[in-house]
Amino acid sequence: MSTEDTILHRPAAPDYEGKQEYNIIVYAENRIGLLNRIAIIFSKRKINIESLNTSPSEIEGIHRFNILITESYEVVRKLSRQIEKQVEVLKAYFVTNDEVIWQELALYKVSTEEITEKVTVERLLRQYGASAVVIRKDYTVFAVTGHKEETDALVKALEPYDLIEFVRSARVAIIKDSAGFHEKLKEFKAVEPGEDLVENEFLEKGDKIFTM
Amino acid sequence: MIQETILAEAKTAQAEKTFKGTGSQALLNGLIEEGVHTVFGYPGGAIMPIYDALYDYSDKLKHILVRHEQGGIHAAQGFARTSGEVGVVFATSGPGATNLVTGLADAQIDSTPLVCITGQVFAHLLGTDAFQETDVINITTPVTKWNYQVTDAKEIQEVLAKAFYIAKSGRPGPVLIDITKNAQLQLEDFPAYVKCNHIRSYRPKPNIRVEYIEQAAEVINAAKKPFVLFGQGVILGTAEQEFKAFIEKSGIPAAWTILGEGAIPTDHPLNVGMLGMHGNYGPNVLTNECDVLIAIGMRFDDRVTGRLDKYAKQAKIIHLDIDPAEIDKNVKADVGVWGDCKETLPLLTNLVNKNSHPHWLAKFRDYNQQEIDQVITAELYPTGEEMTMGEVLRNINEICGGDAVIVTDVGQHQMVACRYAKFNNTRSNVTSGGLGTMGFGLPAAIGAKYGAPDKTVIAIIGDGGFQMTPQELGTIMQFGAAVKILILNNRFLGMVRQWQQLFHDKRYSFVNITSPDFVALAKAYYIEGQMVDNRANLRTALETMINHEGSYLLEVMVGRENNVFPMVPQGCSVSEIRLK
Repeated sequence: MSTEDTILHRPAAPDYEGKQEYNIIVYAENRIGLLNRIAIIFSKRKINIESLNTSPSEIEGIHRFNILITESYEVVRKLSRQIEKQVEVLKAYFVTNDEVIWQELALYKVSTEEITEKVTVERLLRQYGASAVVIRKDYTVFAVTGHKEETDALVKALEPYDLIEFVRSARVAIIKDSAGFHEKLKEFKAVEPGEDLVENEFLEKGDKIFTM
Repeated sequence: MIQETILAEAKTAQAEKTFKGTGSQALLNGLIEEGVHTVFGYPGGAIMPIYDALYDYSDKLKHILVRHEQGGIHAAQGFARTSGEVGVVFATSGPGATNLVTGLADAQIDSTPLVCITGQVFAHLLGTDAFQETDVINITTPVTKWNYQVTDAKEIQEVLAKAFYIAKSGRPGPVLIDITKNAQLQLEDFPAYVKCNHIRSYRPKPNIRVEYIEQAAEVINAAKKPFVLFGQGVILGTAEQEFKAFIEKSGIPAAWTILGEGAIPTDHPLNVGMLGMHGNYGPNVLTNECDVLIAIGMRFDDRVTGRLDKYAKQAKIIHLDIDPAEIDKNVKADVGVWGDCKETLPLLTNLVNKNSHPHWLAKFRDYNQQEIDQVITAELYPTGEEMTMGEVLRNINEICGGDAVIVTDVGQHQMVACRYAKFNNTRSNVTSGGLGTMGFGLPAAIGAKYGAPDKTVIAIIGDGGFQMTPQELGTIMQFGAAVKILILNNRFLGMVRQWQQLFHDKRYSFVNITSPDFVALAKAYYIEGQMVDNRANLRTALETMINHEGSYLLEVMVGRENNVFPMVPQGCSVSEIRLK
């Protein structure tokens, strides 16, 4: 079994209908208008994107999208295929939270006076794994990386002390089972696609789906 | 020595193809390199440099001046459908480009290869709400396979080459290139045009995996009541022969979607008819009785499947498609065979046993007999005073023998034409399938004629649909496109009326449409024609139309409140098909 096969989400006991969080990870050419082309695949079906991150990948010229939605397996698979069908998309993976390591970055701006008078900065830093990014006379900015629950917890903790501003980034996720995209890209560059390039999940499901 | 001479000659030939010129010239040279000879279009401010260059290319590129950009794109669709080539459209910015949108959506859903070139305001004006500026790229994104805005002439050749490659490869579709006026005017030294045959992020067709073909063959070989459904994929893949060989060896009855019609001749013994809402009785009922359903180059549209949770639940489903996104989209496949059916079908034919299914075929014949008795005879040989659409089609079949190209608009006449028209040849049925675009028929017929100049092209159009794009009579007049226009006039928006009758208690809400004197209208465009309102004159009138040199308009007054049957009511299972 190639790495590819394990990346593709195939739950042992498929829950086709139940909704859960899925991370759709897309590798695509860095081209004007592609974000729109991908976004309308969701909006056409009235599906809300909960979090979207797009940034250059480890390979020059190729962008990586991290899209977070809450939907059923069936819906996510169809969406991923529609995304992958776009001319400038190289690959779209979809994985559950169990299959990724993910982080979000949050920044908190609080009044320095408040924070030094009423709580000890040290306690905050220790308890929430925060780091102070900027300390000025009038305000201090903390940064925390983690899951949403963790960054939310600090919002709660800071609320009594005049949280001036808060911002959270989109989710970024690394697929646990991925061997990266460099090898894959070589296949894409080849005029004749390799065996592995186009997966047909029926093969992997084997006797689960197909019975004579 | 000889080799060196050849090399030198090749170099000179290459060098000759490099040139100094404008972006517009590079575009037109590129079109010629791609084998384009006919363009449908309409000029305007932002595309004037291209039209200026076109002035010098009139010996190589035939430009058909349409009367509306929607007419232009439908004509290009008709051209692509009959010729198998890429249809090319020119339009200006703003309203010119937005008028293409309906045609793009139609081409996208019906997988028609098109390359549309739109002019755009100067690059430095983009985003300033300049005169006739509109965000064409974003407007057309959901209805194009690919689109691109060119702001620098140096991009033109590469983008055009990509556009043609994307439009016609894999599952075909419409592509739009938006070119700013400065790029059209820009002077450059252009290299020789190079066609595109690879884009790293784009896989036109998935790799064939022999395992699935083997699995499919095993299921087919074990089947007692196998049933083939085929769609336009067979035609788009030019796999008509491969398809015929497959059904003939396996002996499996085959039914078509309306876009698949004509891939095998109407009177082929294994052709059991039409699928879907107004399809034939047997194919619909027996979908829910077969043990193996083999779908080839079709996408299980809701008009074909009816209610999905009651669709072929008893059957193993084998689905052959070039587009991986189609497999499992609407109907779950037990065996999904990804790939171009031109390649997968011969492999499958090799593995299936030679077989015949006489008892199973007899079932189709039984249902067909019921349909003949209860629907078809009355439609083709009516005894009442009123003429039926079906008898018009029967007469056309008798006159043309199945060799004409039939272009239809959308509505009752379309369903009747698809049900009853006889086709001997592929690429002979041109209709708006997925989008159901009224107004498609007349302009598409013009393009169809340019795509198949040696064929008789008959545009069958309703009185409603004709009034959506009648301006294209002007195009027919100016360019002498010998299109036979047949208006089946029931003085109603018939299909909507039929639904209002059946499902809305006969509350005929705004379906009562009046028409101008169509024959006089044609006459205003110097197109000959006549109106027929009784059966005695029908045959002669049809013969006059078909044998007339050049274009002709025939209006036939048919019964006002005839319905198209059989019918699978919306939301019902295919086995709940009604004969009346």
